Amino acid sequence: MKNLRSLSLVALTAAVLTMSACGSGADTSSSPAAAGEQTSASEPAETGDTVKVGILHSQSGTMAMAEKPMIEAVQMAIDEINASGGVLGKQISYVSEDGASDAAIFAEKATKLLTKDNVATIFGCWTSASRKAVLPVVEGNNGLLWYPVQYEGLESSHNIMYTAPCPNQQAIPALDYIMENIKPKSGGTVKIFLFGSDYVYPRTTNTIIKAMQPDYGFEIVGEEYIPLGYTDCSTVITKIQQSGADIIVNTINGDSNVSFFKQYRDAGLKPEDIQVMSFSAYEEDIRGMGPEYSDGTLFAWNYFQSIDTPESKEFTDKFQTLYGSDKVTGDPVVNAYEGVYLWKKAVEAANSFDVEEVIKVCESGSVEAETPEGVVSIASGDTHHCLQKVFIGVADKDGQIQSVWETQDRVEPDPWLKSYTWAESAGLGS
Amino acid sequence: MDLILMQLFNGLSVSSILLLAALGLAITFGLMGIINMAHGEFIMIGAYTAYVVQNVWKSVFPESSSDIYFLLEMIAAFFVTAIVGLILERLIIRHLYGRALDSLLVTWGISLVLQQAVRSIFGPANVSVSAPAFLDKNIQVTGMFAMSGKRLFILALAVVCCTLIALMMYKTKQGRNIRAAMQNRDMAASLGVNTAKCDMITFAVGSGFAGIAGCAITFLGPIGPTIGQSYIVDAFMTVVVGGVGKIIGCITGATIIGVGGPTFEFFTSASLGKVMIFIVVIIILQFKPKGIFSMHSRALDD
Repeated sequence: MKNLRSLSLVALTAAVLTMSACGSGADTSSSPAAAGEQTSASEPAETGDTVKVGILHSQSGTMAMAEKPMIEAVQMAIDEINASGGVLGKQISYVSEDGASDAAIFAEKATKLLTKDNVATIFGCWTSASRKAVLPVVEGNNGLLWYPVQYEGLESSHNIMYTAPCPNQQAIPALDYIMENIKPKSGGTVKIFLFGSDYVYPRTTNTIIKAMQPDYGFEIVGEEYIPLGYTDCSTVITKIQQSGADIIVNTINGDSNVSFFKQYRDAGLKPEDIQVMSFSAYEEDIRGMGPEYSDGTLFAWNYFQSIDTPESKEFTDKFQTLYGSDKVTGDPVVNAYEGVYLWKKAVEAANSFDVEEVIKVCESGSVEAETPEGVVSIASGDTHHCLQKVFIGVADKDGQIQSVWETQDRVEPDPWLKSYTWAESAGLGS
Repeated sequence: MDLILMQLFNGLSVSSILLLAALGLAITFGLMGIINMAHGEFIMIGAYTAYVVQNVWKSVFPESSSDIYFLLEMIAAFFVTAIVGLILERLIIRHLYGRALDSLLVTWGISLVLQQAVRSIFGPANVSVSAPAFLDKNIQVTGMFAMSGKRLFILALAVVCCTLIALMMYKTKQGRNIRAAMQNRDMAASLGVNTAKCDMITFAVGSGFAGIAGCAITFLGPIGPTIGQSYIVDAFMTVVVGGVGKIIGCITGATIIGVGGPTFEFFTSASLGKVMIFIVVIIILQFKPKGIFSMHSRALDD
């Protein structure tokens, strides 16, 4: 047998290697086969009868589970648009790249899409880490990214369109709901425990929530972060039980949500004792863990699959016909889908695929599209966000989220929190 | 007091999961010197086997409220992963004996292939496995401290698996042969032990136990193509700290990392807790480079 000592060393090195791979949420299985370049045209964008766009989501790694349905939604929108005549008379072809749940790979693939494939626009990214990595790339190459996931705000890049909510369209209304509806167990004020994944979105969102504290008067009894992909939440759950919290504000992303909900139930906790308000888990996450674990907990989004409008039902039907009857949709899926339509409207209004022209039209506030969540419009001005209605819903036994509260009108985006005095006094947004 | 009990229980529970994940690794690593990076994927295969068995059971006996399928899951997970292990051993791994670095790279590649295979078959999304109803009950010890049925079950399962492996290694002829091959392969071979057969059986059994671990973690964590990655690092750490090829070492390693991790995490944060447990491992290896319980061997090349 070989020398055990050197073997152990090798094994540990290997372990650390894997660790570094896991730490960045990377999954090196992004082999060429997985990265699957699907392009139906190899010419530069908008030549001949086609215009080329890029899809940039994780097809492997810890975020693949959440991002796969968004790729499908974008493809569905593209196919629909192509079937009804395309954009400015051109058919859309797409190049789909795998970000592999790794911010560095996202940046690399974005560069490839913009410089080599020369795409007219990119639809993609989920984690803020990946968006932050892609941001300098789209700004440097004058590209245009349609970003479809709720995030921490405090950003408005000239080259990004945000079809998803910023904090004043999700987190802040959710806190309003908590203040109105969560009854403190032990009298006094509501006690909140902040629990999220350890990266920019959860940390910034929680910084915003902490800045709200003096104004709203709730009490923050704990704040914990776990690395992406972490599987054991028992210690944090002990801390939560110990803290006497009334509600957990959950900003965990990806797989760890499953561990959290399973172990939350497992510790004997129920929504009646300690409620959970999730910002970054949606119907797809519930399907992946089993509805019995999330039953009765709260979710804040701008759309639920269960929302009972003809457009919403039609979208769900189409999506399930295409990708399987057990598929679910949800806010991020719909945001990904409507990004394509908003881009189409903007291109048509600009009568050009030129990025600057398209952005100019978007900033005019005249771009709106019929979507599963109703009419969605891009706010005028340089925020590059959309107007969004906010829903709070309760997960049911079938894995659907039923709305229990909603804002009356669509909320104007305020990514820099300019309309909040507490944000100013906390030094946010400036 | 509650708090100490809760944390101790959390720690033991983490230890038991680690132990299950590392048991198979300990024997394959110990016997064959194969650094099996695909061990995590065997855990994943076990979890997916549980998923398949559950769905088949539910479609064949839709009315049955019995939890017996759950035993089937365990047994199926063991045999399916054992067979996958056996095939891999015969096809690939047996060519790599004595080449630790090569085995590292090759099994890393195998792990990627297995992940992608599962992704192609079941899709990249997580799947859900429901735990049997009788495990949903918790034992309330004090006001705040409840012992979860699932965690108690995993703890018991780890004990049973350890006992089974110990019985196999120390009470059967096959186990004696395996230990002989472990200590001095050439000598064992010249005394008539079929070392190739030993390798095959050990690798299959080691893989099978990974399958059982996979089945157990479906209670507590996500089931997706990449779950193996979440456990492989800790499993290796357990084996290396405890000492290669010793069950008692594996148990000690799992306890140190399993109880230490949550304890550090409790006083700091999850990310920092992980760093601190790595520091502890480095310190242990400074003083005990072969792990806490190292195997003494008279083999010349040791």
